[in-house]
Amino acid sequence: MSAWVNKWRGALGKTSRNTDAPFIAIRETRATSPFWVMVQKEFGDHIRSWRFVILLGIVTLACIGSLYTAVTALKDGAQTVGGDANFLFLSMFTVSSNGLPNFLTFLSFLAPLIGIAIGFDAVNSERSKGTLSRVMSQPVHRDDFLVAKFVAGLLLIAVVVFSLGFLVMGTGLITIGYPPTPEEFGRVIVMLLITTVYVGLWLNLSLLFSVRFKQAATSALSGIAVWIFFLVFYGMIVNLVGNALMPSDPSDVQGYMDAQNLLTLLSRISPAQLFQEAASTLLLPDVRTLNPFVTQEQAYLAISSPLSFGQSTLLVWPHIVALIAETSLSFAATYLLFMRQEIRSRS
Amino acid sequence: MTTIEAAEPVIQLKNLSKTYGEFTAVDRLNLNIYPGEIFGLLGPNGAGKTTTILMMLGLTEPVSGEAIVCGVDATRNPMQVKRKVGYMPDDVGFYEDRSALDNLVYTARLNRIPEPEAKSRAMTLLERVGLAEAAHKRTGTFSRGMRQRLGLADVLIKNPRVIILDEPTLGIDPEGVRELLALIRDLSRNEGLTVLLSSHHLHQVQQICDRVGLFVQGKLIASGDIDTLSRQLDGSPAYRIELDVSPWSESLLTALRGVEGVTDVQLKDGAEPAEGAQQGAGIVTVAVSGTSDVTAELAQAAISSGASLFGLRPLRYGLDDIYHRYFEGGEKRERLG
Repeated sequence: MSAWVNKWRGALGKTSRNTDAPFIAIRETRATSPFWVMVQKEFGDHIRSWRFVILLGIVTLACIGSLYTAVTALKDGAQTVGGDANFLFLSMFTVSSNGLPNFLTFLSFLAPLIGIAIGFDAVNSERSKGTLSRVMSQPVHRDDFLVAKFVAGLLLIAVVVFSLGFLVMGTGLITIGYPPTPEEFGRVIVMLLITTVYVGLWLNLSLLFSVRFKQAATSALSGIAVWIFFLVFYGMIVNLVGNALMPSDPSDVQGYMDAQNLLTLLSRISPAQLFQEAASTLLLPDVRTLNPFVTQEQAYLAISSPLSFGQSTLLVWPHIVALIAETSLSFAATYLLFMRQEIRSRS
Repeated sequence: MTTIEAAEPVIQLKNLSKTYGEFTAVDRLNLNIYPGEIFGLLGPNGAGKTTTILMMLGLTEPVSGEAIVCGVDATRNPMQVKRKVGYMPDDVGFYEDRSALDNLVYTARLNRIPEPEAKSRAMTLLERVGLAEAAHKRTGTFSRGMRQRLGLADVLIKNPRVIILDEPTLGIDPEGVRELLALIRDLSRNEGLTVLLSSHHLHQVQQICDRVGLFVQGKLIASGDIDTLSRQLDGSPAYRIELDVSPWSESLLTALRGVEGVTDVQLKDGAEPAEGAQQGAGIVTVAVSGTSDVTAELAQAAISSGASLFGLRPLRYGLDDIYHRYFEGGEKRERLG
């Protein structure tokens, strides 16, 4: 473990020294380190694969669909409903009409799918094809292999998410002819970053399953099961718990609030909930708080205007940290599992 | 056979043990392999051959003991060992949607060989293993024999000092096996590579190995070259000679038994020669065991006792016999215990 930490340090040191000429630096080093060779290869494999083409197709469809929804809604005069006309550009990502899903809904739905699709057979397919033991017998750290899988996947996800975001922004710009302010642009960028982290979490979970299960199908299924669990059942369970916890005495305000706070906390264990709240807060500057309760003083003293970009980010900062923490946790589990496994050919 | 044993061993296993729960895969193994030799690790499936190999590469940690490869402790410094040792797993796999060349270049780059050099080296090696025409074909289309040959090229691309081949001949047709073994032998002889190969195909290993080690239930029960091994067989004759004689008679039997050094005379079909059931005409094959080479004396004895000698074959113990005998012994021991 310390070996790759040191190597990372080395790599970081190298890049910071050569920040002005990174490409020349790469060419100058006699041979790229095995870690980056693996990342390159993984990335190349993803790009060439059929599954990437299919994912790209779905994503493009989602992009066109959400744009269609947004433009129809905006034409119908949704800007008066959707919020401040100041944030017309942002509403392109959030408004919907006739029950059609908007961009954010598409994203929260597709993100886990992308993550699972990229990671579910990362380790077990190498194992079953007999390439894992061959690669491991090269002078390569065992953890480098896993980290390379993750980094390559995350890079790919970042590329997909950002190109999707920019595509919607660009096409929207052409269609509605209303340019974004720098603040709006910043909000979208941060939202896309959060999306990348969120997809990264799902990638990590599916990596975990691909280490744990020898069959790619089992691993894909477990990934999808977890996804459906958080999408459908987790909310139900939280509600169930909530109903049981609610104080029977309706005048018990403190008890009521405690129960509600606990519920919020519980529901925020779900990465889907975290992402939903974080992304919508960023895209809807009108959201002033994510707490279910606002005291009278707070409501009375609040200025009735949208939050600034910085304040919105501050509001969702805990969500971002929680998402990163969950990602790290599942990576740690994957790491532990992988390091303890014995590598034999095809087993 | 050769005098390589004088040198410092390349692979040194000292009291190496590995257990999986209750099961002991490798039991206090001691083994030295010397530079330039071809060592065959022989044993039935599940004898612990692959586990031993994995411990040599630091891919699995031993419970006790140490594996020193090229002077480096494989458990503590697997990276240094893996730089010097090429390992071909049994049923080697490649990235199927990449070409053979890509696969080799990838391995080379994992060994920090710059890409241009990796490419030229890969092409040379592909030519050497006879896959030059298939260099740009996807490895998914390769046959088993081609995969093994590509595996050999893959092992060699990092310029190793030692190559370890796990069941290299498994599942290849006889001609492919012959070519592969010739290639391995050539590498060892011309480039001084130390080769360790594991197998349960005795005949193939017999052809090329300088020394073999017999591995049963995690223990190395014998090692040495084939002559030594055959002599190590306790209570068994070192020399066997088969004679085709006619006619068979009691006097012939006594004559053969009378030759100095002969310990046993048996009819080939298993019947006791003393029964005399086959007395009469017809060619009879007798197997004679002796403590020294008595071939010439036997021929003389047969002829002087009035029989015609049709054939005379001194038999060397093949690995097969050795292997079989050891396994019989092993089973007996188990039954007794």
